[in-house]
Amino acid sequence: MDSAAIVASDLVKRFGDVPALDGIDFFVPPGTVFGLLGPNGAGKTTTVRILTTIIRPDAGEARVLGHDVVTEAGAVRNVIGLAGQYAAVDENLTGAENLRMVGKLTHLPRALIRERSVELLERFELTAAANRPVKTYSGGMRRRLDLAASLVHRPQVLFLDEPTTGLDPRSRNELWNVIEDLVADGTTVLLTTQYLEEADRLADYLAVVDHGRIIAKGTPAGMKAGLGSTVIEIGMPGEGSALLALQALAPLGVQPPTVDGTTVKLTVADGGSALLAALRALDAEGITPTGVTLREPSLDDVFLSLTGHAAAEASAA
Amino acid sequence: MRSLTTRRGASRSAPDGDAGPKSPAAPPAAPPKNSRPHLKERLYWGASDIWAVTQRNLIAYTRIPEAMVFSSIQPIMFVLLFRYVFGGAVSTPGFRYVDFIMPGIFVQTVCFGAVTTGIGLAEDLGKGLIERFRSLPMARSAVLAGRTTADLCRNVFVVLLMTVVGVAVGFRSGTGFFSFMAGVFLLLAFAYALSWGFAVIGLAARNAETAQAMAFPLLFPLTFASSAFVPVASMPGWLQAFARNQPVSIVIDACRHLMVGGHGSPLAAMAWTLGMLAVLVPLAVRKYRRTA
Repeated sequence: MDSAAIVASDLVKRFGDVPALDGIDFFVPPGTVFGLLGPNGAGKTTTVRILTTIIRPDAGEARVLGHDVVTEAGAVRNVIGLAGQYAAVDENLTGAENLRMVGKLTHLPRALIRERSVELLERFELTAAANRPVKTYSGGMRRRLDLAASLVHRPQVLFLDEPTTGLDPRSRNELWNVIEDLVADGTTVLLTTQYLEEADRLADYLAVVDHGRIIAKGTPAGMKAGLGSTVIEIGMPGEGSALLALQALAPLGVQPPTVDGTTVKLTVADGGSALLAALRALDAEGITPTGVTLREPSLDDVFLSLTGHAAAEASAA
Repeated sequence: MRSLTTRRGASRSAPDGDAGPKSPAAPPAAPPKNSRPHLKERLYWGASDIWAVTQRNLIAYTRIPEAMVFSSIQPIMFVLLFRYVFGGAVSTPGFRYVDFIMPGIFVQTVCFGAVTTGIGLAEDLGKGLIERFRSLPMARSAVLAGRTTADLCRNVFVVLLMTVVGVAVGFRSGTGFFSFMAGVFLLLAFAYALSWGFAVIGLAARNAETAQAMAFPLLFPLTFASSAFVPVASMPGWLQAFARNQPVSIVIDACRHLMVGGHGSPLAAMAWTLGMLAVLVPLAVRKYRRTA
């Protein structure tokens, strides 16, 4: 256990009568990226808040680089950084002022604060906007500044709570590149996300969370192997032909195909050749599809295959 | 479509829920900082944290100059309103009306200024800034202390501005410079204590509008059913009992005593201020610790 960057043992947290965490266990080796994947209200943010000493667990124990998050909270705060979906930067300050404030509050020497601010603004492509108040920033710029602010004191363990939720695809990609650079430097990262694609791209190891519990653990590759790598959705002209197609397509998928109204969903390992095979099979039955969609599996697909129900949104965040 | 193999995943050891990997990457270096610093060091960093938060809030004031201008215009309007509109109708035995109301308007203005503390904290809470502060190795008390200190600085500025306006419309302190300054000190100290009360309200309200809505019903009776604008003796008997003994009146009377003369007890006003600090500071700190 000494070698772990983060250990969570049987964490329990309730808000009033609502159990937010119901026994969360995991282990993150140093220098790796651990992804907590789940829908809103699954307990991801609560887990991060406990690990970053913002709230205390009702039961269970957690350690960051060997420090207990309750009894040695001060030591934990010295080695962690937190960036999140709420982009917690001061709108009235400029980008540079925000970074300097965090530098002062993490007790760095003055010269070092100046040096790091300049370096981080450069790295996150905010140098041109450095002296503008943050309220003039775009959503993507705010997230980058938020991430930069969490790095001023060079934390060894970084917590990213839904770092790209609400961002447009381009900003999301930019942020992913930045996170990958950080990991290459040896930072341990715990990341929460609702997007399977994000977890797949960034995480070495994943835990899927639902209703305050971890319902599956594994590598993204392992999860996808069980799940299939591509989802083919085929629209049928009617419900009768959809049922017929269900039988014709059964041998092709990683899992049995499912039908929803007139749409048949097939999960396959190899998108291209499976699509050809599927169309041939349908043609042989004399069925002409009304539409075909190829996509990557979503969080919903993961949930469906793990729990049999879709990723329902719970009320507690 | 994108390839679905992970680029790094395969080369890394996958963790296991119960037993860790046997040969992880290089272990992290020990944290450089001592987790239990000495008292002297803690005091130094505590003061440094409070200053950093104060600075941040003061910068924010300069970034929204229009808010500063409008919040200064209101007390100036009050001075002009009472000096020229209502002043002729109110009789204040022993005082020229302008001398009577200025201490009252000073105290009223700094009391309303103290609401800013609650509004600011509620905003920080809503925007997630407090979450960030909580994850930093800074002194826990610095968020509240920095906020109230910045609002104190703002009140100093407002009092200075109002003194100038007051003098321009005929206000004269007949008690001497030091006595006047003692009055200013007293009303600023009272507003500072009140700031901690509004900190509690702001943390409970969690958003600026609610904080403001909660503060006003509290402040209106305290500032208007007081000795600020009319002599308490002119009110109905049942109201006099409240208006004479409530803390805002006691502070107004004390400031009036120090600034222009008349009856008032600076000691009683100081006792209220210290008493409020003794109750409200621990209450606000407790609320801050528990607000998640």
